[in-house]
Formats: sequence, structure tokens, C-alpha cells
Amino acid sequence: MKAFSYDRAGSVNEALQLAARPDAKFIAGGTNLLDLMKLGIEAPVHLVDINRLGLDTIEPTAEGGLRIGALVRNADLAADMRIRRDYAVLARALVSGASGQLRNKATTAGNLLQRTRCPYFYNTDMPCNKRRPGSGCAAIGGLSHNLGVLGISDACIATHPSDMAVALRVLDATVEIAGARGAARTVPMADFHRLPGETPHLETALREGEMIVAVTLPPPMGGTQIYRKVRERASYAFATVSVALVAREGRIERVAFGGLAPKPWRVDANGSAGEVADAALAGARPTPDNGYKLDLARRTLAAALADAVRLEAGR
Amino acid sequence: MSDLFVTLRINGTDHALSLDPRVTLLDALREHLHFTGTKKGCDQGQCGACTVLVNGRRINSCLTLAVMHEGDEIQTIEGLGTPEHLHPMQQAFLERDGYQCGYCTPGQIMSAVAVLDEIERGVPSHVTHDIGAPPPLSDEEVRERMSGNLCRCSAYPNIIAAIRDVSGGAA
Ligand SMILES: Cc1cc2nc3c(=O)[nH]c(=O)nc-3n(C[C@H](O)[C@H](O)[C@H](O)COP(=O)(O)OP(=O)(O)OC[C@H]3O[C@@H](n4cnc5c(N)ncnc54)[C@H](O)[C@@H]3O)c2cc1C
Ligand code: SF4
Ligand code: FES
Ligand code: FES
Repeated sequence: MKAFSYDRAGSVNEALQLAARPDAKFIAGGTNLLDLMKLGIEAPVHLVDINRLGLDTIEPTAEGGLRIGALVRNADLAADMRIRRDYAVLARALVSGASGQLRNKATTAGNLLQRTRCPYFYNTDMPCNKRRPGSGCAAIGGLSHNLGVLGISDACIATHPSDMAVALRVLDATVEIAGARGAARTVPMADFHRLPGETPHLETALREGEMIVAVTLPPPMGGTQIYRKVRERASYAFATVSVALVAREGRIERVAFGGLAPKPWRVDANGSAGEVADAALAGARPTPDNGYKLDLARRTLAAALADAVRLEAGR
Repeated sequence: MSDLFVTLRINGTDHALSLDPRVTLLDALREHLHFTGTKKGCDQGQCGACTVLVNGRRINSCLTLAVMHEGDEIQTIEGLGTPEHLHPMQQAFLERDGYQCGYCTPGQIMSAVAVLDEIERGVPSHVTHDIGAPPPLSDEEVRERMSGNLCRCSAYPNIIAAIRDVSGGAA
């Protein structure tokens, strides 16, 4: 690991000042950043510890939603009764991710900003446009069974690995961002993650030195909320395909997919599961290795809707 | 860059250290303070061998920096019980033969103690059928919650049996 300076910030302002230095990074739970620093994929010169800023509460908003502090741990968010009752798709997505130990450390902001699990991104001997812009993409023409089929480009076909983000997308959450030059701004989840295009190393709307301070949920939308995740083992693995679904009276109201694209993939379509899947997958560009994801996405959506119908019948 | 001073409170005792900020909590425990009960398996958050409790909650000590833990209460396997007075979870692992080589065992035991506490506090898991209700104390729940602790010797059935003995449930 490259040497770095370490500072524990005492306030958001102090954190922003410290992060205004070149090559500074915030550290929250550290579960993604330290992993990547050990491999030399991330090499910050300054680390700014933001764990003691008091951004770890979940507060009601005037509109009737909830404002989730950036440092709220994934385990605490999933355990919050308001989340479990009114935003069940989020609680379900959170507990489907990582392990008990990791969820105790992983934070709301860190989870959104976690980087891809593309095997070539992790292998520093291989070309990767995301890790080293302009070096090429080893996944295209390489082993790509776990990579993306939607929203990808000729420069990068990686997926975003977060489960939580897929649920936040379906719930229309917004990300609250603070910068050193004062004015806070909010970015809807729809615009937070970027598509790779020619610049896969630019992943989000966050600018240099900016910090996520909170994620806000709009008032509860009701419906029956499902998160269904398919992975290569029963637990403790990233999604091959996942579906975040809000259904009402057996019909799809909102849906987003994980595991298919560089960002949570929301589909604005309604009708039967088949029709929604058709609309979602119309522009898909599978590789020879990952065409199975199209069928799997279809079946997972149908199964998620069946889950919803069963849940509604049981009420 | 220069070392930093940090005081780590481990199993109720303060230890003053001067550390490179790159040192993980795991390496501080093992290499600097010789609490070698906590094991290093993968060093990437994937195996759970390094599980310790920080302020009562289980974490992977390989994916956190020691300097981030000033003032925290850190508990390792050495602080759970002693050879003369084993913690009930340690006793149960012995009685149920919850290991073969034993390398993953300290992490399994620390995790197991935390799992029972998490169920008691009502923290849901992936297999909690009614996400709005308190999770049941079942084999299914325990198995899912222990998925962050791998065992190369595959002692899983006996690990579950040991945890169920302590939780007062049937195996
Ligand atoms: C073995 C393993 C399995 C996993 N499985 C899953 C899974 O199945 N599903 C899933 O969704 N995730 C999974 N994860 C990923 C895990 O969810 C993330 O590592 C975690 O959410 C990251 O959060 P953190 O707080 O630890 O982030 P950190 O590692 O602290 O930070 C990540 C990035 O975010 C930046 N950052 C953090 N906070 C802020 C802020 N407030 N403002 C601006 N920048 C910030 C950091 O600078 C860094 O670049 C897994 C991880 C591991 C190690
Ligand atoms: S798919 Fe993206 S992350 Fe993977 S090797 Fe290609 S450029 Fe890198
Ligand atoms: S050594 Fe920490 S999880 Fe494997
Ligand atoms: S007992 Fe050998 S790894 Fe678990």
C-alpha cells in the first residue's frame, strides 16, 4: 500500500477543507477503499476519516420521507423499523448484500460509491480503461460472464455491484452533496451514476473534493416491495441479476435491475412481466459469455412479481 | 509518512502504540500487540477469520485501519474466555467438535456471539421472511448470518450445532 497521511475530521467543513488537497480521499467504512488500496488500484495521498462527523442518523423530512445520513451503516439502515415497514425493498436489498461483518461497517455513501467487481479491474496486470484510462478493456473478448449487457460501451462493459443502489433507484431517492465552495446540491439517483461512454473512469456525478452528506427518501409509496437477487451461491456473493420491484394488485408499478448495467437499471414500462422485460432488454448487447443474463433477468422479474402476488394474497 | 500515536482499548486494557497509518487493525493486533488469536485468511473481507467485536459489533479487522479505532472497545477471542473459564460459545465449539484445523475458529466464535446478539436485537437478515417482524431464532437464520465466515475444513454442521446449543434451540 502506498503511504498516505491520515486525518480524522471533526466536522463536515473540516472534512471538506482536508479533502480539497490533491489526491485526497474520504474513508468511511473502508471496506471497498482499503481493499483497493492494498492492491494499488486506489492510491490516495491523503485519507480523511469521516466516521466521527455525526452523519449517522435517520431523520424524518418535512415532506414525510426520511433523510439517511451518509455514515449510517448498512446494518443499521436495514434494521430501522421505518425502513423495514415503509421501504421494504431497501431493507431487503441491504440484507442481501455482503456479510454481517461488512454490513456493520459499510455506509450509505460508501455503498453507492463502491467500485465495480470486474475481474480485470482488480487485476493490475491487465488493460482496463476504468483503472487506467486509454489502456483498453480486457473484458471485451475476455471472460465476461458476470459483466454488463445494458448501458455498456466499447470502452467498458462493467456493472455496478451495489444492491442498495438498485433499491434506492426504484424508490426515487436523492443524493445530498456538499462541496468546499459552500452550496450543497442534490442529485436524483437517476443521474447519480454515469454510463461509461468513452470515460469509464468517471463513474458518478460527484466532483473532486465533494462529499455525500445524506440520501433522502421521498414519502413512502406503499405497494408490495420485493428485492430478488440471483447469485452464484446462496449467500455472500454479488448479484448475477437482481430485481427491485414495487407492485400493486399483482401489477408492476416500478422496477429496476441490478447486475445488468453500469448503474441501477430502471425501466419505465408497465404491463405484464414479459412486456416489461421486453422493453427493458430491447437494447441489450450481450457478449458470447453473458447472453444467459437476458433469460435470467426475464425469469427473475417473473419470479419477483410472483413473490409480490403471494405476499399480497397473504395479507 | 510519519507514524501516528494511537491508543487501542483491547479486551478492557489500553495499549499505546505508534503506528504507520497503513497498519490494519488486524495487523496491529497480531504483529504489534501479539494477539495472535485473531487470524488472517484472505486480508480482503472475504473469509471472516479476522472477525473481532468493536463496540460490541462484529467487523472484519482486515478492512479497517488501526488508527481509526482510537477510543473504541475492541474485543478479540482472547478477551472472550480463558482456558480455565471458557465462554459458553467456546465450550459449545469444543463439545460439538466445531472445527478441524481450527484456523477459522476464533473468527467463527466471535461472529457466532455477535449473531445471537443481532437476532436478539431484531436485526433482519436475507432469510427473514417477514422483514417487518423480529427475526426467529432458527437454523436457517443462523446459517445465513454465519455466511461471512468460511471454513476450509467444512465444519459447518457442527458449527451450527454449537451455536444452537448456546442459543437454547434444537440443532
Ligand atoms: C467480500 C465482499 C462482499 C461484498 N458483497 C456485496 C454485495 O453482495 N452487495 C453489495 O451491494 N455490496 C457488497 N460488497 C461491497 C460493500 O457493500 C461495500 O464495500 C461497502 O458498501 C462500501 O462502503 P464503505 O463505507 O465501507 O466505503 P469505503 O470503502 O469507506 O469508501 C468507498 C468509496 O467511497 C468514498 N466515500 C465514502 N464515503 C463518502 C462520502 N460520504 N462522500 C464522498 N465519498 C465517500 C471513498 O472515498 C471511497 O472512494 C461486498 C464487499 C466485500 C468486501
Ligand atoms: S469492463 Fe470496464 S472495468 Fe472491466 S476491464 Fe473493461 S474497462 Fe476495465
Ligand atoms: S482476513 Fe479478514 S475477512 Fe479474511
Ligand atoms: S476448522 Fe479448518 S478452516 Fe475451519
